[in-house]
Amino acid sequence: MPKRQLILEDGTIFNGNGFGAEMESVGEVVFNTGMTGYQEVITDPSYCGQIVTMTYPLIGNYGINRDDFETVTPFIHGLVVKELTEYPSSFRSDETLHGYLQANGIPGISGIDTRKLTKIIRRHGTMKAMMTDADRPAEELIEKVKEQPHYTDQVKQTSTVKPYVVPGRGKRIVLVDFGMKHGILRELTKRNCHVTVVPYNYSAGNILRLKPDGVILTNGPGNPKNVPDSIAMIKAILGGIPLFGICLGHQLLALACGADTKKMTFGHRGVNHPVKDLEKNKTFMTSQNHSYAVTHESLKRTELTITQFALNDNSVEGIRHKLYPAFSVQYHPEGSPGPEDTPQLFDDFLLMVSEFRRKEHIYA
Amino acid sequence: MPKNPSIEKILVIGSGPIVIGQAAEFDYSGSQACQALKEEGYTVVLANSNPATIMTDETVADQIYMEPLTTDFLTKIIRKEQPDAILPTLGGQTALNLAVELEQTGTLAEYGVALLGTPLNAIEQAEDRGKFRVLMRELGEPVPDSDIVQSVDEACAFARDIGYPVIVRPAYTLGGTGGGMCYNEPELQAITRNGLALSPVNQCLIEKNIAGFKEIEYEVMRDRHDQAIVVCNMENVDPVGIHTGDSVVVAPSQTLSDREYQLLRNASLKIIRALDIEGGCNVQLALDPDSFTYYVIEVNPRVSRSSALASKATGYPIAKMAAKIAAGLTLDEIVNPITGTTYACFEPALDYVITKIPRFPFDKFTSGNRHLGTQMKATGEIMAIGRHFEESLLKGVRSLDTGAEGLLSPDLADGTVEELKTRLQKADDERLFVLAEVFRRGMTVEEVWQLTKIDRFFLVKIEQLIHLEMRLTANQLVPEVLTEAKHKGLSDAHIAQLWHTTADNIYELRMKHVITPVYKMVDTCAAEFESETPYFYSTFEEENESVSSGREKILVLGSGPIRIGQGIEFDYATVHSVLAIKEMGYEAIIMNNNPETVSTDFSISDKLYFEPLTLEDVMHVINLEQPKGVIVQFGGQTAINLAEGLERRGVAILGTNLEAIGKAEDRNQFEQLLNDLELLRPEGKTVLKFDRVEEAAHAIGYPVLVRPSYVIGGSRMEIVYDDDELRHYLAKSNGADDTHPILIDNYMTGIEVEVDAVSDGETVIVPGIMEHIERSGVHSGDSIAVYPPQRLSQSVKRECMQATEKIARELQVKGLINIQFIIRDDGVYVLEVNPRASRTIPFLSKITGVTMANLATRCILGETLSGMGYDSGILPERDFVSVKVPVFSFEKLRSVDTTLGPEMKSTGEAIGHDKTLEKALYKGLIAAGLSVPQEGAVLLTVADKDKAEALTIAERFHQLGFKLYATEGTAAYMDEANIPVTKVAKIGSSERNVLSIIENGDVQFVVNTLTSGKQPRSDGFMIRREAVEHGIACLTNLDTATAILNVIDVTTFSAKPMMNKRNVLS
Repeated sequence: MPKRQLILEDGTIFNGNGFGAEMESVGEVVFNTGMTGYQEVITDPSYCGQIVTMTYPLIGNYGINRDDFETVTPFIHGLVVKELTEYPSSFRSDETLHGYLQANGIPGISGIDTRKLTKIIRRHGTMKAMMTDADRPAEELIEKVKEQPHYTDQVKQTSTVKPYVVPGRGKRIVLVDFGMKHGILRELTKRNCHVTVVPYNYSAGNILRLKPDGVILTNGPGNPKNVPDSIAMIKAILGGIPLFGICLGHQLLALACGADTKKMTFGHRGVNHPVKDLEKNKTFMTSQNHSYAVTHESLKRTELTITQFALNDNSVEGIRHKLYPAFSVQYHPEGSPGPEDTPQLFDDFLLMVSEFRRKEHIYA
Repeated sequence: MPKNPSIEKILVIGSGPIVIGQAAEFDYSGSQACQALKEEGYTVVLANSNPATIMTDETVADQIYMEPLTTDFLTKIIRKEQPDAILPTLGGQTALNLAVELEQTGTLAEYGVALLGTPLNAIEQAEDRGKFRVLMRELGEPVPDSDIVQSVDEACAFARDIGYPVIVRPAYTLGGTGGGMCYNEPELQAITRNGLALSPVNQCLIEKNIAGFKEIEYEVMRDRHDQAIVVCNMENVDPVGIHTGDSVVVAPSQTLSDREYQLLRNASLKIIRALDIEGGCNVQLALDPDSFTYYVIEVNPRVSRSSALASKATGYPIAKMAAKIAAGLTLDEIVNPITGTTYACFEPALDYVITKIPRFPFDKFTSGNRHLGTQMKATGEIMAIGRHFEESLLKGVRSLDTGAEGLLSPDLADGTVEELKTRLQKADDERLFVLAEVFRRGMTVEEVWQLTKIDRFFLVKIEQLIHLEMRLTANQLVPEVLTEAKHKGLSDAHIAQLWHTTADNIYELRMKHVITPVYKMVDTCAAEFESETPYFYSTFEEENESVSSGREKILVLGSGPIRIGQGIEFDYATVHSVLAIKEMGYEAIIMNNNPETVSTDFSISDKLYFEPLTLEDVMHVINLEQPKGVIVQFGGQTAINLAEGLERRGVAILGTNLEAIGKAEDRNQFEQLLNDLELLRPEGKTVLKFDRVEEAAHAIGYPVLVRPSYVIGGSRMEIVYDDDELRHYLAKSNGADDTHPILIDNYMTGIEVEVDAVSDGETVIVPGIMEHIERSGVHSGDSIAVYPPQRLSQSVKRECMQATEKIARELQVKGLINIQFIIRDDGVYVLEVNPRASRTIPFLSKITGVTMANLATRCILGETLSGMGYDSGILPERDFVSVKVPVFSFEKLRSVDTTLGPEMKSTGEAIGHDKTLEKALYKGLIAAGLSVPQEGAVLLTVADKDKAEALTIAERFHQLGFKLYATEGTAAYMDEANIPVTKVAKIGSSERNVLSIIENGDVQFVVNTLTSGKQPRSDGFMIRREAVEHGIACLTNLDTATAILNVIDVTTFSAKPMMNKRNVLS
């Protein structure tokens, strides 16, 4: 395999072996601490534009299978591993990780000290990086990495362009796709919902015209402030339709209600994040992937209450509107990858939908 | 609410003596639990009969009872201490069973004692096979087809229904004792009969065979708020069919996708919730490699061996957390002690690969049945940490301390492919080496997979290591290939072998090219959070995280895996040495690789390197840390064996120097030493050539003691009585190392005495002298030791002291020294000198109150005993009697002869102490698991040389009202002496014979001294095995028999007629 290098914005250079697609790539380098679930991580659109480092050293052990994709085309800009498994072993494995990345135009680098890289990210925060051939002069490239502007259009890249329907006989739910993981859809179809997936820039009017029983704001990549029109859309439907936000959807709901978000040092990416649910008075293990968080202070001036927080760093993990049927969580109740401790939230949402319909019926 | 306010005093039950299936891991979990409860402000009362533990140290609990772990004694403790609650989930199966019994006898209710951790019905639901299946069905969790049987016929009927092979699992037994895989009806009958006998409730589970499935374990925790987490999951490299304790295990799982991981995680959490456990729990699952089908195999509603492994593997201290949770705290309020900033309510993320490899006792029990199955056979285990599987695996192989420094076993090179294939199919303890060998012979992964069902993932890795070996062979002394090999985890010694050079040369080549490892931290969170745990492992990578401090440092080498002859006692001494070093203001660094022990708890030392104990690995740590010196005398033979190499590379060995060790271990130097000091020893000779052995034996005169030099625990040592036996011995030892000489000694009978002393080279103190119940000839580790000695005169004691002082001074011992004497006709003969910590250190320290390892460490580091206020001499004797009784694991080791001799066979020890010897012995025997019946029958089968002596024993049993059975020869002898005895037929006879009376439970004791002699499967052997398999005490030594008689004598009242008047008058 060709030698490849990973150049960080701060000048650190890692030399390793290339795999996947043979190409140069720039992105924001982040780390994920999950020990399983690389296929889901690679295909999670929320990682759009990022170079993902897996802290678990052996990646590719069970290959790539047809079942565990979270989207059809992956959006990551690169994968960093300590050791790439060349000969996967699993009854479901269709191809190797290397083959999959190669086919999808994603470069990878292996054989580097990923723990050292993780510690750099932990200390200095997520930073821009470039993956390129080992023989290219690093000095010039460092400048190029620094100059590279941050992406702002990841939602546009990952969202569906046209609406489509996943039919069912149950409640009619509109999913606003900001870079949706299939896991969310899976939870809804499991509950017999009739789902209409709409693009992120679908207007409030168009959504209302679909007469949904509820709207789910999905996960997605990047800074929530990059999609102001969506915030306006949420403001317009808030109160009229029950809302459930997940991840980016959660941040957008907060912004729509007047709260604020900020970028975290290195975010939360993994499957072992304890979150305390104040309403259930219980801590759950959650799957997370986010760089931005809703700030505590900003919630004070809104009609939102904090319902959940991260046990380790106290960050906001869940909010609920005091007046309207709307709530959201920062983490992924659909798991995939990660623990399946909180799918109850989907039931909670559907219950909220029923309640709302009942009330509407009574007071209409 | 932090903790339960209604509780102030908690009784913690330990796991008792070490046996296969229940080892040092419970010392680790027990001591952690006690400390955790004390931290929370509780008064802790501890009951444990194992003196070799840290747990029974006076600082660990507020009150310590080293009494037998039986309901009788526990009831006495409860009555006296009036605890508010009892915590039985950290003392293994023993403690859990006791809790159930205490509940059933009404003791807990009577004294208002609450049961913490696991509710009683959960224990029953998890342990009782029937209730377990009912619960699983309610939860919708699949269990393999199975049926509970209480008779052999039921078992056969069920097996005919579901088809062979089937697995037999007896209820409520440790480590799968008595269970096994059966391929046909005769096997099923034999194993079920045995299993029913061993199960305290006479139940066995007959289960559908799912061999070949992946075996996965989850360590889960839950608190009273129903918050539950997975601490770690583990994957057995060996598929279902081999006991997890005997399997090579990796953590985390390597071949599970997230969907499979979550599927099994959900099942595990559902189970711990359903059982309502507050604390830790272990769930074992079997996963079909070709579908999502899985089965729940077993649930341990307590802290287990796997949880000790999981704690060390992740850094997450399960036992400590489990104890706090049992006391009422919740996961989200306990701070994670590793990061100090996050909470215990999270699931550790690993960024390395853990490999656990079991350590088997077959280097000692060469004739034992080495096949692996559902009955655990390993005595201990090692853990290795690497950044990838190959590195982890190879570090693990080195850590076993079997001499292998890679996946290379010279014995296998001669085997044919067919032989190797058979060994793949029916796995034995050498399976890893067999795997490597078949790849060397060119077998493909597919072929090997067909035979083993080991996941191809692991097979490919091993195959690639063999390819790397080939590249090394083809590219001699090429630095690039060397770098690659080191990065893959190969040892210098292994590479040296392939390059036909020495490990020292490879080491130098590496230093020249700077191919050296770095150290990474174990931090539970894959570096996501800042942490300062002083817990490190080596790998060949970029960034080094272990920063050497400016303080003066001492490196202590641990003793590696637990094996027969080198047990938990050495960990006890190691821990105390580390604590003393810290007290003295040095930085204490420890290297060890045993995940079960207290010494590898990162909170014990200032810095823990979890590494193999080989010269190469130790040198890497020394190069980084630059310690003042290394202490080797507490780590058993493992550490001592490293001393020479370390010194050669310029490392200072602290304490007793290498020369002194040589003087004690090298026969010629030893003889010279004793001659110079004018001390007596049994006559002996050293012979280098096999053919000279007979000649030497004749010169000394039979019986003689033969053994190879440099041995642990009397490996391959035997007493032989004539030329025939000698020749047989030599034939058996053919595989023995030819470079080490053979020692032949006069076998001298007498009282065996053991002295452990602390010396600074000038002052020598003996905290206590111990006398053995069994005469010389039985290994000291297998003898019952008594303190203070009961049969020694003051002058003999004085002589022992003088000899000890002379030797210690002459050898300039700084630290500990152990000397074994034989006392014959008031003459004191020196049998053996070990200038290092012995296995009696913890026992002696506890009964005399002198922390010997602490004093020894101070001497090693330059303090003087006189400075500490000691004068040379024996410390005053205590006025109670303590006995150390060996505990064996024979029921787990098929085909191992139970007869006691010079070769050590015990796995653990129990203590008994009381006012008189008999009372202490009674307690010791009970604590060791023997029953002391007051009535019944005894079977006597003794060798000709023992008949006269056995007569007295028979007479006394008769007087105590026991019925006597004997085989022909013995019976005739008894008859002649007018002792009423029932003659039983020989083995094989269709009438009531010597085996059938054991099988039918007609006898309570067997006294058998028939030596194994030339045939490995002699009648004597079969009688002994029969007794073991039916849980009947088999005494192979007449001294032990006499001691037990004395105990029965003082605990019973025999009926005796009044003396005949006429006789008196006449």
